[in-house]
Amino acid sequence: MLRIDTHISRGPKVTFRIDGQAITAYAGESVAAALLASGLRRLRTSPGGGGRGLFCAMGVCQECVVEMIDAAGASHVVASCQLEVSEGLELRSRTFVDGH
Amino acid sequence: MAIDPADLQVSDVLVVGAGPAGAAAALAASSAGLSVTLLDEARQAGGQVYRALPAAFVVDDPKALGPEFLAGEALRSSLRASAVDCRFGRRVWLLRRDNDLGFVADAVADGRSERYAARALILCTGTTERSLPFAGSAQPGIIGLAAATILLKSQRILPGRRTVVAGAGPLLAAVAAGIVKGGGEVAAVVDLNSRLDWAKAGLGMLGRPDLLLRGAGWMRRIQAAGVPWLWRHTITAAEGDETGVTAVTVAPIDAAGHCTAGGGERRFEVDAVTVGHGLVPATEFLRALGARLEWNHGNDCWQPVKDTFGRTSIAGLYVAGDGAGVAGAAAAEVGGEIAALAAVDDLKPGAGRQITPALRRRQNAAARFGRASIGLTRVRSGLVAVMPARTIVCRCEDVSRGTLDEAFGEGARNIGQIKAWTRCGMGPCQGRMCGETLSALASLHGIARETFEPMVGRAPARPVEIGCLTGVPDYESIPLPPSLPSS
Repeated sequence: MLRIDTHISRGPKVTFRIDGQAITAYAGESVAAALLASGLRRLRTSPGGGGRGLFCAMGVCQECVVEMIDAAGASHVVASCQLEVSEGLELRSRTFVDGH
Repeated sequence: MAIDPADLQVSDVLVVGAGPAGAAAALAASSAGLSVTLLDEARQAGGQVYRALPAAFVVDDPKALGPEFLAGEALRSSLRASAVDCRFGRRVWLLRRDNDLGFVADAVADGRSERYAARALILCTGTTERSLPFAGSAQPGIIGLAAATILLKSQRILPGRRTVVAGAGPLLAAVAAGIVKGGGEVAAVVDLNSRLDWAKAGLGMLGRPDLLLRGAGWMRRIQAAGVPWLWRHTITAAEGDETGVTAVTVAPIDAAGHCTAGGGERRFEVDAVTVGHGLVPATEFLRALGARLEWNHGNDCWQPVKDTFGRTSIAGLYVAGDGAGVAGAAAAEVGGEIAALAAVDDLKPGAGRQITPALRRRQNAAARFGRASIGLTRVRSGLVAVMPARTIVCRCEDVSRGTLDEAFGEGARNIGQIKAWTRCGMGPCQGRMCGETLSALASLHGIARETFEPMVGRAPARPVEIGCLTGVPDYESIPLPPSLPSS
């Protein structure tokens, strides 16, 4: 719906998961953009309980951070605007109140 | 730190930032015969304005993507054909001076640590977008104008189905036209400036008819789509639900940004808002290195003290592009070339080309255009005065305007006191998002903005995982003291 498909062809389809929900995206897209295109705007809860999402899109504000779960099950906090989608990527949103 | 000394990458010149300034600087220094390393966080050169599409996307019609995309492609192809050592996807988190090596940069790339060093460092780190908050502005779905350009140009995604585009400056027209061209709906353009403000700025832009024509093209596209352009208006509040923004209220203002008496409020239901109030130089690395900054009265912001070549107060440290003082992409390219030629001359006198009057003329014409547009984005004190107490200023730590007013009222006079009393600026963005608003608030409490010191630049300049820096500990190698004899 939000993807602009004139003048370019996107990369191959990939599927990743956030909080267990499967998201379809295209290779090359950032996680933040793919989530926005899927209608997921709220990615995080602020210390005071407010919703937060993509804001600067260039890795500065850190508003769009999510947790990336690696093969060993360890979690890494990353700005989703700076992370490219990939097949099988497992993410968790930081929706708990102590967002640090 | 887990970096083998053998892994240290030493070159003559290190350039940080591969936008138009950094790429031009790297190319100029390299063609003078110096070894050059070019670092950037992105996977491809271009910066924000000449941003590349993701490598996995195939461009069917390059011309349709616009002149900035084509300029970026030309830049990227020049870099590929050059001897410049391009190291992209590198997040520089520490820049420091070193007695033996000159300048040292620590970066992480794909979870690994790297270290670079050079006698000359050219900083081309661009800008941060200034964003003055309003009630409800921290909600999901409300993004920067610069963020919207990245979504539209590089990700090829609309910010929402129905978007309000708000704030000040030429990005308003670029973003609104981009959304319309991409098939999205713009509910309204909410512009702090009047038609007359634009006309005055336009006079300063006459030296670049090509760019003026592009602006006129954007306006025609916006008009043809029937988008209302609300001159001298601002967003006063945003409403939302659990998932993000659902509507905004806008109102007419006077030249100082105060809401005018007599109402005229309008409400727009939207699922996205893109808002910005101009660009200011990103100074975190300059502050971390201890370079002198000065207050720019034209753009209400800090910028590095520099000579006409881009030499800073620190020998061997140069600045170019919008990070040296906002003047736009065209001026950035020439500025990068000039800074590099100065660096070459300082390192190896006579090795480089002369900085010709023609090069200077090109720089001046381009900079005039950039400066004219800056006048549109000056901070209006009324916009800051009118923010309700509940408005979130520091997004990371959820510090409201009311809390900051209280701290100033109780006698806080500098950034250290504000941090200690309120936590404003102490989150992961390190004050990059709230610093401008904080300093504007300080001025309402009688502290002149040019005397209010900016946030301190501290490492890590970007969040990095501690594991990337230390490596995975090998417990076998930890020397253990011999056990005590049991008694």
